[in-house]
Amino acid sequence: MKRFKTILHGLIVPVILLVIWEACARAGLVSEVVLPAPSAVALKWWQSLLPAQPFDPAAGTYLAWAFSGELLHDAYASMFRVLVGFAIGAGLALPAGLLMGANPRIYDLFNPLVQVLRPIPPIAYIPLAILWFGLGNPPSFFLISLGAFFPVLMNTIAGVRHVDGIYLRAARNLGVKPLTMFTRVILPAATPYILTGMRIGIGTAFIVVIVSEMIAVNDGLGFRILEAREFMWSDKIIAGMITIGLLGLALDVAMNTLNNYLLRWHRGLEH
Amino acid sequence: MSSQIIVTGVNKVFRTPEKDVVALKDINITIEPGQFVCLLGPSGCGKSTLLNAVAGFSLPSSGTITASGVPVTGPGPERGMVFQEYALFPWMTVAQNIAFGLEVKGLGKAEIAAKVDSLLDTLSLKDFRNRYPKDLSGGMRQRVAIARVLALDSPIMLMDEPFGALDALTRRNLQDELLRIWKAFGKTILFVTHSIEESIYLADRIVVMTYRPGTIKRDQWVDIPRPRDPADPAFNELKRELGRLVMEEQQRHAADELKLAAVD
Repeated sequence: MKRFKTILHGLIVPVILLVIWEACARAGLVSEVVLPAPSAVALKWWQSLLPAQPFDPAAGTYLAWAFSGELLHDAYASMFRVLVGFAIGAGLALPAGLLMGANPRIYDLFNPLVQVLRPIPPIAYIPLAILWFGLGNPPSFFLISLGAFFPVLMNTIAGVRHVDGIYLRAARNLGVKPLTMFTRVILPAATPYILTGMRIGIGTAFIVVIVSEMIAVNDGLGFRILEAREFMWSDKIIAGMITIGLLGLALDVAMNTLNNYLLRWHRGLEH
Repeated sequence: MSSQIIVTGVNKVFRTPEKDVVALKDINITIEPGQFVCLLGPSGCGKSTLLNAVAGFSLPSSGTITASGVPVTGPGPERGMVFQEYALFPWMTVAQNIAFGLEVKGLGKAEIAAKVDSLLDTLSLKDFRNRYPKDLSGGMRQRVAIARVLALDSPIMLMDEPFGALDALTRRNLQDELLRIWKAFGKTILFVTHSIEESIYLADRIVVMTYRPGTIKRDQWVDIPRPRDPADPAFNELKRELGRLVMEEQQRHAADELKLAAVD
């Protein structure tokens, strides 16, 4: 009941804004091209969610048909890029960060390079990405993995370096050898940091995917809203933006759920 | 192998840029197997330094320490340590914490499970086996830490102010538990405390240490039969005597701090 009330409470402001927006659009205060009515946006969103063609058993299964809408196709394409790019970026950053965090020599060797490269926004790599990887998915993967790489790297390093010495002492007292120390003590102790890095990393990956789709590919949500601009379909642009927002939210919720599960032992997360 | 601890001519100097601090000076003690020995003194008297040297975390600058006949060169499971800060691994459940040392030893799954079960029983932790340390009270956490060390089957138990952070009732409760375990398992215990009452309540023998440089001021045997009653006249007489010794050192400590503050 209380939850229901909270939800209701949170809806007040958005609903009022929507009503004002709709009223302005209907009254003709703003041009349809500049700002279409929310109802038009919603309609467009629903239309692009549904399959474009009627169901034809000869063309494929019902399920494939049900998911053949443009929006779902684009959302899938974008999500796929985010996940592949993130997997590459985080997959490289995690071992690199563990090594740099655990070994001062390696840290001293690589830290200057990291500090110089880190402030370059992934978007600045676009020209190089196209030169190196041409068009299609590869430059996207490259840019997204870059976006995910540094947050995961920095947080992993910090996590390993901040492991409380008392755990190391206790483990040495139990007779723990270096490899076990790493996998059973240092790694879990650093998980809160690592997961924070992953959460930031997937957020960056999601920003980069939209930008990268505006340059080198011909599907995905980023591509779709840029394409809609060419035809001045502002309802489609906004519908695409809303989808991007929903996907971003879904990613964050998924990350958060994973966090809460993996860190169920962690003091900071007591509910 | 006897679980004897022999400390011979141990010195420990901490070098700082300003000056060298002599934390331990010419310490000689022999602790016989099965003895319960308390190291007592004000903070800064080197009692924890001595314990850490026996544990192997911080080796002496000179002198030797042997435990069970083997020279101490580093930390090891044959000298299990219970820390004041519990030092439980927060990502492991109670049972996993206790099992960890056994897994490191390479014991089989069934053997580990049986041992963990019996220790959970010994320390009344059965209902908490799948809890994480964050969900436990301080007293419960220290029970787990004790169980973790008992699991190692180490003949020697080192304890660094283990009950310092607990309230008086929980503390008494754990002290009784510790005495029971000490009797049942026949451990040699070296226990650091700054509580005079705690040392008399627990120990066979109390080693009072001086403030910088850390030396042995008094090696006091406690003959009061157990269970000891803190209201007992003999208990109080010893408490008064040790209190006087510790206060002398505490005053030197305080004077030193004032001097340092004046320099600043």
